[in-house]
This record gives sequence, C-alpha cells and structure tokens, in this order.
Amino acid sequence: MSTAALELTGLKKSFGKAEIIRGIDLSIGKAERHAIIGPNGAGKSTLFNLITARFPPSAGTVKLHGEDLAGLEPYQINRKGLSRSFQITNIFPKMTVFENVRCALLWSQGYKYSFWNLVNRSRALTEGAEAILEQINLLERRDLPAGTLSYAEQRALEIGITIAGGADVIMLDEPTAGMSHSETDYITDLIMKVTEGKTLIMVEHDMGVVFGLADRISVLVYGEIIATGKPEDVRADPKVQEAYLGAALEAEH
Amino acid sequence: MNDQLKTDPSKPAQRMRAGSMTLTLGPWIVAAIALLVMPYIFTSNSALTIMNQMWITVVFALAYNMLLGQGGMLSFGHAVYMGLGGFFCMHLMNYIEDFGLAFPLPLLPLFGGLFGMGFAMIIGSFSTSGAGTRFAMISLGVGELIAACSVIIVAFFGGEEGISGDRTYGLPFFGVEFLKQIEVYYLISFWLMLSAVLMYLFSRTPVGRMANAVRDNPERAQFLGYSARWVRFYSFCASGFFCGIAGGLFAISYEILTEENLNATSSGVILLVTFLGGVGFFFGPIIGAIAFTLLQTVLSLQTELWAIYVGGLFLATVMFFPGGLAGLMMMHVPALRLGKAGGLVMPYIKTLIPGAIGVLGVCALIEMTFHFRHAAKGDHEMTLFWTTFDSHTVMPWLIAGIVAAVGLGVARATAPAMKEAWDEANTAGGAS
Amino acid sequence: MELILVNVIDGLVTGLLLFMLSAGLTLIFSMMGVLNFAHASFYMLGAYFAYQISLALGFWVGLLIAPLIVGVMGAGVERYGLRRVHQYGHVPELIFTFGLALLIEELVQFVWGKNQMAYDIPDILNFTAFSIAGNSIPAYKIFMIFISVGIFMGLLYVLTKTRVGMIIQAALSYPRTVEALGHNVPLIFMGVFGVGTALAGVAGVIAGPVLGTFPGMAFVLGSIVFVTIVIGGLGSLWGALVASLLIGWITTFAKSYNIAMSDILNGIGIATPENLSDNMFRDLWTVTSPQIADILPYILMVLILIFRPAGLFGKRES
Repeated sequence: MSTAALELTGLKKSFGKAEIIRGIDLSIGKAERHAIIGPNGAGKSTLFNLITARFPPSAGTVKLHGEDLAGLEPYQINRKGLSRSFQITNIFPKMTVFENVRCALLWSQGYKYSFWNLVNRSRALTEGAEAILEQINLLERRDLPAGTLSYAEQRALEIGITIAGGADVIMLDEPTAGMSHSETDYITDLIMKVTEGKTLIMVEHDMGVVFGLADRISVLVYGEIIATGKPEDVRADPKVQEAYLGAALEAEH
Repeated sequence: MNDQLKTDPSKPAQRMRAGSMTLTLGPWIVAAIALLVMPYIFTSNSALTIMNQMWITVVFALAYNMLLGQGGMLSFGHAVYMGLGGFFCMHLMNYIEDFGLAFPLPLLPLFGGLFGMGFAMIIGSFSTSGAGTRFAMISLGVGELIAACSVIIVAFFGGEEGISGDRTYGLPFFGVEFLKQIEVYYLISFWLMLSAVLMYLFSRTPVGRMANAVRDNPERAQFLGYSARWVRFYSFCASGFFCGIAGGLFAISYEILTEENLNATSSGVILLVTFLGGVGFFFGPIIGAIAFTLLQTVLSLQTELWAIYVGGLFLATVMFFPGGLAGLMMMHVPALRLGKAGGLVMPYIKTLIPGAIGVLGVCALIEMTFHFRHAAKGDHEMTLFWTTFDSHTVMPWLIAGIVAAVGLGVARATAPAMKEAWDEANTAGGAS
Repeated sequence: MELILVNVIDGLVTGLLLFMLSAGLTLIFSMMGVLNFAHASFYMLGAYFAYQISLALGFWVGLLIAPLIVGVMGAGVERYGLRRVHQYGHVPELIFTFGLALLIEELVQFVWGKNQMAYDIPDILNFTAFSIAGNSIPAYKIFMIFISVGIFMGLLYVLTKTRVGMIIQAALSYPRTVEALGHNVPLIFMGVFGVGTALAGVAGVIAGPVLGTFPGMAFVLGSIVFVTIVIGGLGSLWGALVASLLIGWITTFAKSYNIAMSDILNGIGIATPENLSDNMFRDLWTVTSPQIADILPYILMVLILIFRPAGLFGKRES
C-alpha cells in the first residue's frame, strides 16, 4: 500500500470542556478528490484548522505523505506541499490581483527571504503569475486592488493563491459559500480544472458541488466521521440519512 | 504551456510593464539632478543647513516607512535606531581623531547603519512576533529605556551634554576635508540617493513584497510558506540599518549628539513627518520630510505658535486625508488619466483660495489672542502679515474676524460645486 | 520599619492616582481596541480647568465641574474625531490620538503659558493628618486615597451591578448583538469614552496641586499609564489596579532606598574592578536605584511583553 497523501489518526480537539473533534481516523489517497460534509457545527472548519496547524490538536496525529506534522508552524506545513483556502475570503486586499498571486509563487520558486533578487526582473514569476491568472480568468483584473473585486472574483482569486504555490494537497474551505448558481458553476469548473492530478480536500455545503466533484465523501457529525465512501454509497447510508434528518428536525425546534 | 511563454508586445499587461520601467527611472534622474543643482539656487549657508536637515530627515522617514507603510508596524521608539547609529559614528569620529586613523569620512554612515541594524536585530528578535499593540508597546518601552540610559550611561552617551566631535580629521577624500558646508551637503546627498534607491529596491525584493503581504494579512502569508515573524524581522533590521545611516549623517552634519536624538519627541516627530507625507506610497515620506522641515524652519521664524499649526495640520491630515500629502496627489491620477483634470482647476481656485484666506484669518485671530494674553505688560504693538497694529484695539480683530468668516463662508458655499466637479472628473465617458 | 510604612502610603497614593487614569484607558481600550494616547492630556486638562475654576469659585467647585467639562470634551473627541478615523483602521486611530496629545499640549501652552500654575492644596486639607516616626503624612494624601478608592468602588458597582453596566459590558464584547437588541451602541461608546476621560480629569484635579500643573504634566505621566495597562493586561480593570499599585510601590521604594548596583554585584560575589574610572562598564557600577526608578516600569513592561504577552490579567494578545 502506498502512503496516503493525508492521514489522520485519532485526531481530537477540545476547547475547554467542549470536545469538538472526537477522534477522527481518515486516510486520503494521492490525487483523490475528497469532500467533507456534515451539518452546521459538526467541526468541519475546526478539522481543517487542525490539519493546517492553525490550532494544535489535543490528541492524535496528522501525516502528510507519511510525515508527521506535529509541532510544525503553518508556514512549514505549507512548504511541505499543503495549501488551503479559508471560509471567509482571505486575500491581500490592498495589493493588486497580480501581486496577490505573485506573492503566492515566491516561496515555491525558491526566493525565500531574499533581498538581493528583484521580483520584477524574474520572468518565471511574472509568467507563472499570469498563467495562474489566466486559469482563474482574472487576467483582465490584473492591476486592480484585490479588495475591489466582486465576491465571486475574490473567491476565485483565493483559489488561485491557494494553488499557485504548486502544493499537491489542496484544502478548500467552503469555496462556493454565499454564491449564486451561475457563480457556483463557475467556481466548480474552476476547481475541477486547477486540481487536476492533485489531492483535493474540501468542506462544502452545496451537495451539487460535492457530488459533482468528489471521488469520496466523509460525513462529519458532532466531531466524528460516521461514514466514508463513494458518493452513491454515502447517499444511501442510513446513518447519514438519520444524521441529516435529525439535525434538520432539531433546527426546526 | 508553450503559448504562455511567448512574449506578445500587444498584450496590455506587458505594455504596462515596459512603461513602468521608464516611469521608475525618470523620477530618480530628476531627483539626482535636483540634488546636484539645489545649492546653486539656494546658495546661503542657512539654506544649506536646512537642506542638510531635510535630506537627513528624508532618509530617516523613508526608513521609518519601511516599517509603518510597508510592514504595517507602528513604532514609537524609532529615534533610538537613528540615535544609536549617530552616537556610534560620533565615537568612531573621535577615535579617528585620537588615534590618527586613516579613515575616509564618507564611509562613516555605513558603520552607523551597521550599528543600527545590529541593535535592531537584538530588539527585533523578540518584538517582531506581533505587529499590533504588542509591537508598538515594546518599541515604546525600549525607546524610553534607551533614552533614560543616555543620562545614566555617561561613557557612551555623554550624559546631559551628549558627545561631540570633529569631522575634519578623517582621511581627505579626493582632497575634500569636509570643512565647508557645501562638501557636507554633497556627502549627505550622495547617501540620500544611495539609501533611497536601495530602500526602493528593497521594496521590490521578495522579502519586501512579502512585507506588504504580511501587513495586509499575516495569516494568509503564513499559508503561503512565509513566517510572518521572519518577514517582519527582516524589514525591521533593514529599517534599523537605514535609520543608522541617517544617524551617521546627523553626526557628520551637526558634530554633536545628545539625549534629544533618542527621546520620545524625536520618535514622535518622525511618525508625524511620515504620516503627513503619506504612508501608502514610497515617495510619501520624502514629501513629508520636505514639507515638515520647511514648516519647522520657516514657520518657526515667523511665529512662536508654529507647533499648534503643525499639530492642527497633522490632525486634519489623519481625519480627512489618511493617505497624507502623497495620497492627496495620487488621488488626482485617475482624473489625469481620463484627461479631465483641467475641469478641476476653476472649482479648486474658487474653493481653496477663499478657504486658505479664511484659514489665514483664523491664524491672525489666534496670533492676536496669544499676543493679547502673553505679551509683556504695556506692549500693545504687534506685527502680523507685514502690518503693525495695536492688538488692544477693536479694528484688527474685526478685520481678522471678517476675513476668516468670509473666506471660510465662500469656501463652504463653493464646496458642493467642487465636489461635483470632482465626481465629474473621475467618471469615465460623458461630456468632457 | 516606620519608613517602610511611609513608603507604602506614598506608593499607594501614586498607584491609586495611576489607577484613576489607567481604569478609564483600559475601559476605552476594551471598547475600541485602541490605546488612547491623549488620555493623559485629559488628565492635564482636568488640572488646568480645576485651577481656572478654583480661582473664581474655589477648589471644591473645581473638583465637581472640571471633570464634567473634560468628560464632555472627551465625548466630543470620540464623536467628531475618533469615530471618523475609525473607518481607516487601528493605526490611523492610534496616530490620531497621538496627534491630539501633541495638540492639546500646545493649546494648553497657548492659553496658560509655559509656567507652572499656582494651583494649591485647599486650606481645609492643608494640615498633617498624622505622623509616623517623625514623617508627617499630609491630610491631602489621605484625601486622595479616599477619592480614588471611592471612584473604584463606584466604577465596580456601576459595571457589575447596574443595568447600564451590564449593557456596557455586553456592548464591549458583542456590539452587533447589543445593537440588534435596540441599544444605541455608538452612544454607549461615546458615553464610556466621556466617562473614561472624566475619570482622567478627576485624577488631574486632585493631582494638580501635588504633582504640579504645568504643560509637561501629561507627557510625564502619559506613557507610564500606557505601561500600566499593558502590564496589567489590556482591557482588564483588575489588572489595571494591580499594575498601578505595583508601579506605584516599585518606583516609590526604588526612590527612597538608595541601592547602588555595586552593592548588588558585590553581594552576589562580583568584586568591584580596581580602576573603575577606566572601566568600560563604570557607569553600570555606579547606577543607583533612584536613578533608574522612573524606568523600572518600562523594564517591567518589556519583560512582561516578552514572557507573558497578554499581561498579568489579560485574556487576549493584542
């Protein structure tokens, strides 16, 4: 068996007395598109934050390509080839669209903290950034401050920033949240295109997107994964039905 | 992939880039020529002194803006880095004198810079882990500590009277011994040009770009593979280096450094200068330093109350034009691009000139009040705007009051028209 | 022993005075997330206004009215200045208050000149309350202690026991929700700012006669107040109290006991070098505690920021 792209074992997280993530074991293979779904408050974003070391886990391990990530800072994890987007748009609003993408390229192109290279002089940087902009259809917005883009464009830019560094494990946190139908379709196509051949892990509410994109789905309820499998199997799973219907009923009361 | 690597000159993006290269070289050449020519236009010794002070402030303000504008770090103790660089250079200068060391003076600021950077590395190692209140407070604390130390550690800081030296003992530099003010002027101008170019280039390096990214969104930067802390640390050290250079230039120009070069007032002034000029643009601090030095030197000759006016101007800037003078200038770029800036000239004249006259009227009232309250008993005569009058009679008050009211009134009445013209000038298309 | 008691009282007076300033500042911080650099300037205005009023109507009227005027001015600054700058972000806000502090100092010089005002302790309080081993404790110090403790009690009562206090506390943490519940949050903010500055005004009124009423008085105290609330933990009222007392006592004791660095170094077994006057570190050897008393709070702050960034009682990091 080859090493999984991302492997979680016994992952737990408590905030004070509240246990948000209650022991998660999950293995995601290379080049797999994996979606994590679940009712509100199930801990999906917390799980994302644990994997990317935004919070330290209370117990358990996260392995990226077989390597334990314990004790690493977010930037160190990123350098190992894991990149993520955020639920709330998280870009550099005062910088231009082009600059946003170019900054995302700097580390992967080996510039590190250098102060002897000029970014304008590097054709690889400029062309790399423009290639990304073309992929996400923002080439025309190139020199606008990122903060002035429309919401859907900002989300697209965020995906662009996330993939720009060439990471092979991409994590997207609700990439289509708050979008209209046409915008959702646009972003879905975009995700399909840019994650070709890469491992994708996404949290998503829109079932259309999930079933259209994912190879496998995990259902997270109250900090536990109650089902993992192919979309059809998960859909048919009685536990999933119960969890969703149960949560829906609870929400009504 | 292949088609993306081809260069197509008709692509707008690449045209912009080609244009920006010539655009960035132009101002530097103009600045260099201006620096060379200035002493031939303003020949007096006092003008040279003012210009020297101005250029040193420019270097300092640019270095400060590496933190504030580009890195988003607000420092309240930045005079320390300039001051320490200056003190170190002063000691070096005295060492050269005492031991007859063969050392060319023009190299001195470099050592000030290295010393400033060394100190910044020590402080930065723990202060740059955050950008917000924590950074600001540590900078304040360290600033106060060093300023207090300057009175206690007499060996290095010379106590109350500071330390002084003589710049002329260095190795003659191509026959120049820096006895004359004009020689010092060119030395400072050289370092100004060099530092400004280097600071500009720094902002164009990967770490300089990431400083912007960390300023805007430190967390996102972390997820791009950069440690926000290290990016801040590098900016901080670079800023310390250029502050030290400014300190070295100060040591050469004034030949004395005291506690005043380290204290909170100096740190506050540089914040004021930088913000007045505008933190959002590279050239903002340059404008700020020039404007502030002129205000300080020219205005302080005219009135005791200059600090009130500067304070008022500063507050107005923060409240109404947070982009500073540079921001105010750059606001007009869209209108210029649209070719509609001409339409703004008349409304500006109609509103801003009466406004300025009104403000002068208010200033006259302030000056008269001050004279009325604080002049020696029986001294009723005061001179204002080249007129001498009795500040204890009604007439001057009436005139100043009317000028202020009418000026501001007209400005207020014409302001809506100016606003309209402004909106019009910034809208693409339509009748122009 | 008796000297210690005297110092304890002196430190308490300084500490409580600091607390009156830092209490308002820390409340304002938890509200707006911004340190008000001009806070000590309102303290100065309190002293000057009280002086001006006391000339005509006496000390007690000044004590009542001056803080009110200062509070109204503070509210005005919030309403017409800070609220406007708020949209640009935190750094411009901080810079705004910084500029305001400069301007207020200039304005005070403009109106009252550069000299110290003859603002004195009222005759009725100008006597010795009691003596400890020949050291007389003036009644005014006791009066200062009572006023500050009274204000602290009042503040605590209002914040924790009254409806207004509840709303304020809720508004500090959840401004949106409180607004949705029908409370006028901007008005609450303005009110808190006004009360905070009024407290600084009270401190100015009672400190003016002892510490002197001069244009530099805000500058002298200004950054120390900052240091206090950073040490105590930003936004924490109890932290502000503890840090104020701590600083009050540390500086008082350091000033009254003349401990030289050479004594300490000798004490831990390092001998004084023989040719002290040629030694590079000669100044370090001759440093005495009164010399560094005023910078001890800064050292404390830097240490705290390094090792416990949230401050003594703070919950969050900046």
